[in-house]
Amino acid sequence: MTQTDEFVDVIIKMISTLPQAAQGVGPDTNIVRDLGLDSLAVMNFVMALEDRFDVSIPMDRLAEIETVRDLAVAIADLKGR
Amino acid sequence: MTILDKFNALRDSYGALRAAGQDPFSVCFDGALSPTEAMLNGRRVILLGTNNYLGLTFDRSCIDKAAAAVLEAGTGTTGSRIANGTYGGHAELERRLAAFYGCRSAMVFSTGYQANLGILSTVAGRGDHILIDADSHASIYDGCRLGNAEVIRFRHNDPEDLARRLRRLKDAPGNRLIVVEGIYSMLGDTAPLKEIAAVKREWGAHLLVDEAHSLGVLGHKGRGLAEQAGVEEDVDFIVGTFSKSLGAVGGFCTSNLPDFDVLRVACRPYMFTASLPPSVIASVIQALTRVEEDPGLRARLNANARRLYNGLEAEGFILGPQANPIISIRMPSPEIAITFWSALLDAGFYLNLALPPATPDNAPLLRSSVSAAHSADQIDAAIAAISSIGQELGVIKAPALACRAGKQ
Repeated sequence: MTQTDEFVDVIIKMISTLPQAAQGVGPDTNIVRDLGLDSLAVMNFVMALEDRFDVSIPMDRLAEIETVRDLAVAIADLKGR
Repeated sequence: MTILDKFNALRDSYGALRAAGQDPFSVCFDGALSPTEAMLNGRRVILLGTNNYLGLTFDRSCIDKAAAAVLEAGTGTTGSRIANGTYGGHAELERRLAAFYGCRSAMVFSTGYQANLGILSTVAGRGDHILIDADSHASIYDGCRLGNAEVIRFRHNDPEDLARRLRRLKDAPGNRLIVVEGIYSMLGDTAPLKEIAAVKREWGAHLLVDEAHSLGVLGHKGRGLAEQAGVEEDVDFIVGTFSKSLGAVGGFCTSNLPDFDVLRVACRPYMFTASLPPSVIASVIQALTRVEEDPGLRARLNANARRLYNGLEAEGFILGPQANPIISIRMPSPEIAITFWSALLDAGFYLNLALPPATPDNAPLLRSSVSAAHSADQIDAAIAAISSIGQELGVIKAPALACRAGKQ
């Protein structure tokens, strides 16, 4: 299991604890479109992830992220810096 | 398919909003009567949402200076300062601002929005890091987007989260620029500036404070939150606007950095736009004089803010955390917020309707801003009207119910 796969698992677990928890979330789930979160909820969720992984995701990186896997790849990349 | 199809969802939600009553985003006044009253569809309304904190839009001395300037120097500069040249008034206003803040330099921009756009996009370059409060004004977000620095958001008014994010940058090269606001425009809360300044010092960052809503409002001399918090020495850049307490339009940045003036030939939102017309410059210089010479303006403003805040709080409304001149009432739903706002306008009171996603916590807000020019009677009439509509719509309890609930 790669580090990215591990991060995907952690992110999916964290999504399942959200009040609006969506069903059947996978690596290709689109975090903005498929989770039914508004922009503020996405931002709060990202801040919780940043605390969990102890990284800050810059806004330009965030703009490129669509799926759970994109998020895991970005976090793995930022942690590897 | 047209090029505007991407706005279909926005068009539909805006359409629904308009169908619910008055269109809150295109209220058209027949004319303004004073800093606190305007005519709307032939009726007199009290203005409680125009950021006219000191009521200087109709100050006789400011009007006289503006009128003299337009007669003497014409209606406009017809171009930018680097192309068409600087008028004496621009240079005088910059000297006055620098002196007011006790800084080496000041730069005047054509709007407050452009001041943030220009300073943030230019001061922080590729490889630098900007750390902004998550509740920052759109002009701060847009200034970040225009530039090449890496932008990180920290939790609103949370110096510990800011420090955590500075720590995470470790030894990454590049300067750090922290950006906060004196008074936040949606809830009227101030930044914990003492604590933020301490974080700034600890991590060797630079600090920019946007005093748009706090210039002329906070501080013994009216310089804003940095003055009130006693941390002016720690602030590297102050950005502000002429369009609120100073009653006109325009923006500025002051700084004590020795090379600040090099920005005049580097900062695109300064270089490639027309400079302010002489009449605006003249009224702003006079408004600054009024701020310096009449502390009574600030005293009246703050007394009015407390009167409205305390009055609404006693009625049971949920407000922002502090009694500043921006007082926002939390609404239970966008539908009630829209109905409430329309009913208030029908009753003769103009406030701002703030809807998510432009609001913190996704809560719709009825936003009011108080002026030094409001009379106690106007404030009391507003409290009465807001309370009566609030009871009708079930936002607050009716007095009898509130009384019974208190006994249980």
